[in-house]
Amino acid sequence: MRVPLSWLGEFVELPKHSNAETVMAELVRVGLEEEGAHGYGLTGPIVVGQVLEFVEEEQSNGKTIRWCQIRVAPAGQKAGDGGEDVRGIVCGARNFEVNDKVVVTLPGAVLPGDFKIAARSTYGHTSDGMIASSRELGLSEDHEGILRLVTLGLDPEVGTDALALLGLDDQAAEVNVTPDRGYCFSIRGIAREFAHATGAKFTDPIDSVKPVHGEGFKIEIKDDAPIRGRVGSTKFVVRSVSNVNAAAPTPPWMVSRLKLAGMRSISIVVDITNYVMLEMGQPLHAYDSAKLNGSITVRRAKSGETLKTLDGQERNLHAEDLVIADASGAIGLAGVMGGAATEVSSESVSVLLESANFDGVSIARSARRHKLPSEASKRYERGVDPKVAEFAAARAIALLEEFAGATADSLGSFVDNSATDKTVFLPADFASELTGVEYSAAEITKTLNEIGCIVATVDGGFEVMVPSWRPDITHKTDLVEEVARITGYDRIPSRLPVAPPGRGLSKNQKMRRAVLNQLSATGHVEVLTYPFLKTEQNSFFAEDNIARVVLANAMQEDVNEMRLSMLPGLIDAAKRNVSRTLTDLSIYEVGLVFNPAKSNNEVTLPSGTVLPSAKDLELLHESVPHQPLSLGVVFVGNRIADQVGRKASRSGYADAIQAARVAAHAVGLELDLEQATPKGFHPGRTAALKIKGTEVTVGFAGELHPELALANDLPRQVGVAEINLELLFANAPELIQAGAVDTYPAATQDLSLVIDVQVPAGEVLEVLGGAAGELLEEIVLVDDYRGTNLEEGKKSLTFALRFRANDRTLTQVEASVARDNAVSAANAKFGATIRA
Amino acid sequence: MSENVEITKASVDAVVSDALTLIQGATDLASLKAIRSSAVGENSGITKLSSLMGKLPGDQKADAGKLITAARAELNEAFSKAEAVFYQAEQNQKLLEESVDVTAAPMTQVLGARHPLSLLQDEISDVFIGMGWEIAEGPEVESEWFNFDALNFDADHPARAMQDTFFVEPVEAHLVLRTHTSPVQVRSLLERELPVYVLCPGRVFRTDELDATHTPVFHQVEGLAVDKGLTMADLKGTLEHFARIMFGPDAKIRLRPSFFPFTEPSAELDVWHPGAKGGARWVEWGGCGMVNPNVLLAAGIDPEVYSGFAFGMGIERTLMFRNDVKDMHDMVEADVRFSKQFGVVL
Repeated sequence: MRVPLSWLGEFVELPKHSNAETVMAELVRVGLEEEGAHGYGLTGPIVVGQVLEFVEEEQSNGKTIRWCQIRVAPAGQKAGDGGEDVRGIVCGARNFEVNDKVVVTLPGAVLPGDFKIAARSTYGHTSDGMIASSRELGLSEDHEGILRLVTLGLDPEVGTDALALLGLDDQAAEVNVTPDRGYCFSIRGIAREFAHATGAKFTDPIDSVKPVHGEGFKIEIKDDAPIRGRVGSTKFVVRSVSNVNAAAPTPPWMVSRLKLAGMRSISIVVDITNYVMLEMGQPLHAYDSAKLNGSITVRRAKSGETLKTLDGQERNLHAEDLVIADASGAIGLAGVMGGAATEVSSESVSVLLESANFDGVSIARSARRHKLPSEASKRYERGVDPKVAEFAAARAIALLEEFAGATADSLGSFVDNSATDKTVFLPADFASELTGVEYSAAEITKTLNEIGCIVATVDGGFEVMVPSWRPDITHKTDLVEEVARITGYDRIPSRLPVAPPGRGLSKNQKMRRAVLNQLSATGHVEVLTYPFLKTEQNSFFAEDNIARVVLANAMQEDVNEMRLSMLPGLIDAAKRNVSRTLTDLSIYEVGLVFNPAKSNNEVTLPSGTVLPSAKDLELLHESVPHQPLSLGVVFVGNRIADQVGRKASRSGYADAIQAARVAAHAVGLELDLEQATPKGFHPGRTAALKIKGTEVTVGFAGELHPELALANDLPRQVGVAEINLELLFANAPELIQAGAVDTYPAATQDLSLVIDVQVPAGEVLEVLGGAAGELLEEIVLVDDYRGTNLEEGKKSLTFALRFRANDRTLTQVEASVARDNAVSAANAKFGATIRA
Repeated sequence: MSENVEITKASVDAVVSDALTLIQGATDLASLKAIRSSAVGENSGITKLSSLMGKLPGDQKADAGKLITAARAELNEAFSKAEAVFYQAEQNQKLLEESVDVTAAPMTQVLGARHPLSLLQDEISDVFIGMGWEIAEGPEVESEWFNFDALNFDADHPARAMQDTFFVEPVEAHLVLRTHTSPVQVRSLLERELPVYVLCPGRVFRTDELDATHTPVFHQVEGLAVDKGLTMADLKGTLEHFARIMFGPDAKIRLRPSFFPFTEPSAELDVWHPGAKGGARWVEWGGCGMVNPNVLLAAGIDPEVYSGFAFGMGIERTLMFRNDVKDMHDMVEADVRFSKQFGVVL
C-alpha cells in the first residue's frame, strides 16, 4: 500500500518534518514493513507561466519550433529563480495558444533522472527554461504537447509554485500489508496504525460523512450456491446521482494522490471511486444508469454465460463466479471487475454507484480463475469493513457533487445482511502466559480499546467485541498479538528454555555427514544443483517408460521433471565448469531423487484444523512420492594434474568406484563389484555396487557412456557413480564387533594363476579367500598380466596372501598348505592353474 | 716375511707403520674396505707376526702378546676412525643428493570441499543439538495438507496464493514442492512424543526467477518447540542464544510484528550483526512466532495444555550476510571455485 503523506495527514497528526522514511520507520513497529518511498523527484523553481507571444520558426531539420515569450512572475517582480519576469523559451510543442497558463521549469530546476534545467543555446536562441509536459512532471504518460493548466480547470496567478499547485511536492510511503490486515489497504487503516505506533490523534474519515440511504432501486441478492456455506454478498448499497459532468477534469491534487498511490487518473467519475476506495478501503463501482436494463440481481453465473469486462476481454463465466446482473444478463464480475456494457464515459449524465461487500473466498476464486487480480479483489479477499459501505457511497457522492457538478438522487437501495459483531473471550492471564510479559488488566483493556475493540471485564477475563474492520481476529491468541504489538514486542523478556536431554544426530544423519565429510576429505568437491530436469535428461539413466514426478507449473516449460537420478544435474554442472575452463573435476552431490507414488491420481485433503483419522493420515503419507537420499559423483579430466615429478592421473571408472568405496566405508560397509551394463553407463567399464557378501545392489559406478559424454560437451572419459544412500544406510552395521588383533608373526605367499580372461578377478579373489581357510588374514590382487608367454585367451592374476595364526608362529609349510587349498578351489571352479 | 723375524718392538712398529700407511691411503669407504684384509685382517703384517706367538718359548709369550695386542688396538682404532669419517662423508653426500625443492612439493591427493550451504546447515544443527534439540527431516515433494492445510493456510486464504508454489501433476493429487520447511513441523508433532524441540533444515522451492538475491530452489532452517508453558520469552531467548553463536557475543535480536498463518502472535526477526561488512547493523533474518493453536489441533495436540514457538530463516540469506556472499548465482551454479574457497570450514 502506497500512502501519500498529505492524505495520511488528513486523518492522523504527522510530526513536523515527516517524510516517507520517518513515516515508514514508525509503521514498521506495528507490523507494516517498509517497502520504499515514492515521489515526483522534482526540484524547483517550477512555476506557473503565461504565454505572452510566440513566433513559429521552421528549422533546417524540417521541425518547426516556437520561440515564446513567457511571463513567469507578475510584472516587475523577480521570478522563482531570481531572474527576469519574462523569459524567452524555445518550445517544440505547438498545442498552446497565447495567454495559456503553463508550467515553466526555470534554470536551477531538476527533473527526474537528474535532468538539470539551465539556460541553453538552441535553434539560434537562448532558451531560458522549459515549458513542461505532463509526462515530464511525472503526472501522466501524456507527452502529446505541453501541459495547459486550463485542461485541469486551473487558472492560477502567474509565478505560483507549480509543485504545490499540482501536488507534486507530496510523497508516498509504501508499506507491505500482510494478508491478515485488509483494512490497511486504506488511508483510514494506515492512519489508525500510525496512531497506534506514535500515539498521535486519529480521526476516522467516516466520522465526517453522513450517509443517506437511497430508495426505490430494486436489488436482489440471490445466491443459490454459496461457496463453503457463505453467501456471496452480505451488503449491497447503491445510490444514484444525476447531472454529472463526466468530462470535468480531475482536480490536480487528486490526480497527484492517485498517482502516488499507484493508480492512473482516468476520468473524474472513475477517479473518485478509486479515491474513495483508497481512502476508506471500500471498492466502489460506477454504472452509467442509461446503460442499465432494469433492476440489479447479485447471483452466480449461469452455465455458458459470458461477460465483456472493462479491460475489453470477453470472459467465459464459471458457475462459481458471483456476478452483478441486470435484465440483459451479467454486467459485472462482482468484486473483481465491472463490465464494458455499463461503463461510464465522458458522456454519462446519470451514474449508479455500487458500494457492496462480497465474500472473500468467492472473490479470491474468481480473481484467480480469470487471472484478474484487481485493486477491488485484493481488498475483498482480505476482508472489507462491512460497516463502511454507506459511508464510502456518501463520500463519493459528495466528491461528485463538488467536482463533477452532480446532484444526488433519492434513488438507491440499502441491503444489509451483515453478521453481527463478534465477541472473543480473553482469559485474564492468557496474554501474559503466551508472551511472558506482565500486562495489567487496565493495560489490556486500554490497548484493545485503542484498536477499536469494546472490552467488557467479566469473571475470569475480558469479553472483547471485535471491530468490524478486523475479520482476522477470531481467537484469543489474535487478541494477544494485538496487545503485544501495540504495547511493543521490545517488552518481551528473554528466557532460554531447557529442552529435555536430546539424543544428538540420528544414525542416518551421522552417516549422511560421514559420507559428505569423507568424500570431501578424499578430494571430492560438494556442489548443489537444481532437481529439475528435461525429459531427455531424466532418460539418460532411466528407461523412457519409468514414471517421473512432473511439475504442473515449471519455470521453464521443458524443464519440468523432478530428477530420478543425481547424475544428469551433475553432468550439467560439470559442463558449466568445463565451459569456465575448470576442466579437472571431482564433484559430488547428496540429495533426494523422486520416484512417483504408486497411486497419486486424486487425493481428498482432510480438514487442516483437526487431527485427521489414522486412515486419512495413511492415505496422505501414501500419496507422497518415495524420495530416497542419493549420492552422485562425476569425474572429468585429471584426478590429479601434471606436477613436479609426477605425471597427471586421468580420472575414470576406478575413481568412480573408489568414491563409492569411500562412501560405503564412511558407514562401515564394504562393496563387492560386479560387471554391469546399466543404461547411460559405459557397457564395459561399469560395476554394480553390492554390499559385501549380499545381493543388495546399492548403485553403479564406472564411466559415462562415451556417446552421452560427448553429447554433453564433455570429454569421452567421464567417471560417474551413483549410490542409493537410503539403501546403503539401511544396511550399515548397527555396531562394529571387534576381533582380536593377533600378534604372532605372519607368513606371506605370492600366487600367480593362469585363467581364462573372461573370469572376473573379483570372483577368483572371492573363491581363493573362501578356500584359503581361517589362517588367511588378507588377500590382495597385485597384477593382471596378459601377453607373451601366455596361451591365447588366458591371463595371469597375481595375488599376495598373508597368513597368520592366533596361537603360534606359522611355518611356511602351513601357509603353503592353505595356499594350495585355495588353488585347488580355483582350479575346480575356473580351471585355474599355477603359472609356471 | 722371513723365517727369522721375531716379535720385537721394532718388528711390531714396522708392521703397524706399514698398515697405517695403507689406511691413510684409503680415499673412501670402498677403498678402505679393500685394504681391510692387508691392513688389519688375515693378510696383514700384524696377523702374520701374531702367528709366530705359538712358537715362542713360554716366558716370552706375555711380552710379545702385549706388543701384538697394543698394535692391533692401535690399528683397529685407526681403521674405525677412518671408516667413521668416510661413512659420515658418504652420508653427507647422500643427503645432499637427496635434497629437493620442497617449495615445489606435489599434491599427492587433491583437496576436496563441502558446499558452504551444506556446511552452514550442519553448523546450525550443531548449535541446537548442543541445547538438546533434535534434527527432523521431511520430503521435498510434499502433500498440500502438510505444506498448507495443517499449517492453518486455508485453501482460499490469500497467503496460500502468495507462496509462489510449484505444483505436481496431476494437481488433484495435491502434491507440491514444499514452499517452506514448516511441513516438517507437523510431521514432527505427529511422529514424536511431547515435548518436542526440533530443528528442520532443508531445501525448499518457490517459483522465483533466479537473480542476485532469489533462487527457485533454496534452503531454510526452521525451529519448533512445543512444551507446557512456553512463551514468547522462550522464543526470544532461544533466538538470542542462536544469534550469539552465529554472529558473536555482541549479536542481539529484534522482533517486529508480522503475520504468518501458522503462528500467532507472529514476528519478523532482525539480527544485530556486529561483524557485518561495512559496519555493525540490523539485518532481516527470518520470521517467528507462537505456534498457532490450529496447527497444534491438526497434530492432535491440545492447545489449552501445550504451547509452542517456531522460527525460520533462509540459509542462503544467512550465508550471504554472514560470509559476505554477494550474488545468489554463486551459490546455485555449482562452480567448484565457490565451494573450494571455503574448503571444509565456514
